[in-house]
Amino acid sequence: MARLLPLLSLALALALCLTGRAQARDITIDLTDPIVSITTGFTGTDLLLYGAVKQAGDLVVVVRGPTRDEVVRRKERVMGVWVNRDELVFDKVPSFYRVASNRPLKEFLNPADADRLQIGLANLDLRAKASGKLLPEAPYEFREGLIRNLQRLGLYMVHPDNVVFLSEQLFRTRLRFPANVSVGTFTIEVYLFKDGKLQSTATTLLTVRKFGIEAQVYDLAHRYSLAYGVLAVIIAVVAGWAANAAFRRG
Amino acid sequence: MPIAEMSVNILLIFMVGAGVGLLSGLFGVGGGFLMTPLLFFIGIPSAVAVATGASLIVAASISGVLAHWKRGNVDFRMGGFLLVGGVAGSSIGVWLFTVLREQGHIDLVIRICYVVFLAIIGGLMLTESLRAMMRRRKNQARREHVHNWMHGLPFKVRFRRSRLYISALPPLAVGLFVGLLAGIMGVGGGFVMVPAMIYLLGMPTAVVVGTSLFQIIFVSANVTILQSATNQTVDIILALILLFGGVLGAQMGARMGARMQGEQLRGMLAVIVLAVCAKLTYELVLPPTELFSIAEIARY
Repeated sequence: MARLLPLLSLALALALCLTGRAQARDITIDLTDPIVSITTGFTGTDLLLYGAVKQAGDLVVVVRGPTRDEVVRRKERVMGVWVNRDELVFDKVPSFYRVASNRPLKEFLNPADADRLQIGLANLDLRAKASGKLLPEAPYEFREGLIRNLQRLGLYMVHPDNVVFLSEQLFRTRLRFPANVSVGTFTIEVYLFKDGKLQSTATTLLTVRKFGIEAQVYDLAHRYSLAYGVLAVIIAVVAGWAANAAFRRG
Repeated sequence: MPIAEMSVNILLIFMVGAGVGLLSGLFGVGGGFLMTPLLFFIGIPSAVAVATGASLIVAASISGVLAHWKRGNVDFRMGGFLLVGGVAGSSIGVWLFTVLREQGHIDLVIRICYVVFLAIIGGLMLTESLRAMMRRRKNQARREHVHNWMHGLPFKVRFRRSRLYISALPPLAVGLFVGLLAGIMGVGGGFVMVPAMIYLLGMPTAVVVGTSLFQIIFVSANVTILQSATNQTVDIILALILLFGGVLGAQMGARMGARMQGEQLRGMLAVIVLAVCAKLTYELVLPPTELFSIAEIARY
């Protein structure tokens, strides 16, 4: 009995711990695959995010890609030709932004929450920089231009009906990642609202990376760019030679 | 595509390569000045199209120069002088390219360069081929090279194979200018160099093509390496697919070309060149559907 005691207490602690965790977790989520690999033939991919909630409510899924600085340029007509004139740099722009929910956001989401959690394109915190300093507010046209461009590239999307409840608790949503998705760590946040109030959140990460020849070529081109250039020339020389040889025989 | 960072139809790229190869085999031109605009049309970023085009020209020129070398149609001394100018010019060209890219004007400058040059080449070829067809009827002879102000310049050098004794300055200047074009436009520049060699330097036609190809190999190699090192815009995978299509196309073109008449061929090429030029011009003048464009800033 004395020997069994520690084992017993361990089992008890484990059981308590498990039930405790299950109670604390109002949302459980998982992805069909936590890694997206970009190979040479990559044309985009679909991932399934699925999970369960403890109590019925409204769900919002927000996916954000790694951030980067983007320069936005506006074209003007100069002597009949359209030329890039004014430009503005935006600081830390998410390279990917996608919102999915089980019904239109404005039916249950209050504006304060939407603004605080940056849910919806209008609530994205996009900051413009001028001569190294952040502007208090980005000029509206440039901000809209940036978002329009990213939407056209399929990188920014809002789907008001993409979260499907299979039962009161079970849900799933299909996440589309287009071919031009950037590499890095993506965060996926799931918010559960009940009667317009935020109940709980859950977060998971997703990695997008280049894989295979695609990754090697990209890596070589950016890390050893001089060697890459020499390699490109060597390949061209060999190809030219081979073409000449084939020509003579043919 | 690893560098262009987009998914494109491999078959489409192959067809572009084959199409340009067909034209180059048919008309005996390098095809670089058609390849790059076609890549614009299928949506490859201009910077990638230009840099990748340069690597293709290396391959095309190598396979072309070998045949000329065997026949002894390469003036290496002349090629050397052109090359010195060409390497300097193309280095300046790539530097300019980088500066323009940072300022967001590179797309526009490349396209305007193409419009101007395609218009000039297309126009010249069309009038030339029309005139040649007329001349055939009238049976007029063409004048050989004439002495001009060029022969008064200093630093005279003897070019044995070209049977010339001229100043080294004009070849250097021609090389510099063509190199500049190669750096910015990703073309070999044969379409500028060949007329310049014949009419400006007065070289015999037989050695012109071989010598210009010889020079183009090194200038394009320089452009490829510099573009990779400074802009990282050479896409090897894209180049390989285009190359494969190009080689097949060129063989078919050469066979078809043997059965057709020279002047008519040149007239046809002129029409194609002018059509590409018109489309590029139209795109420059047309009010864009989206006034705003975005570009990622390199992460530090």
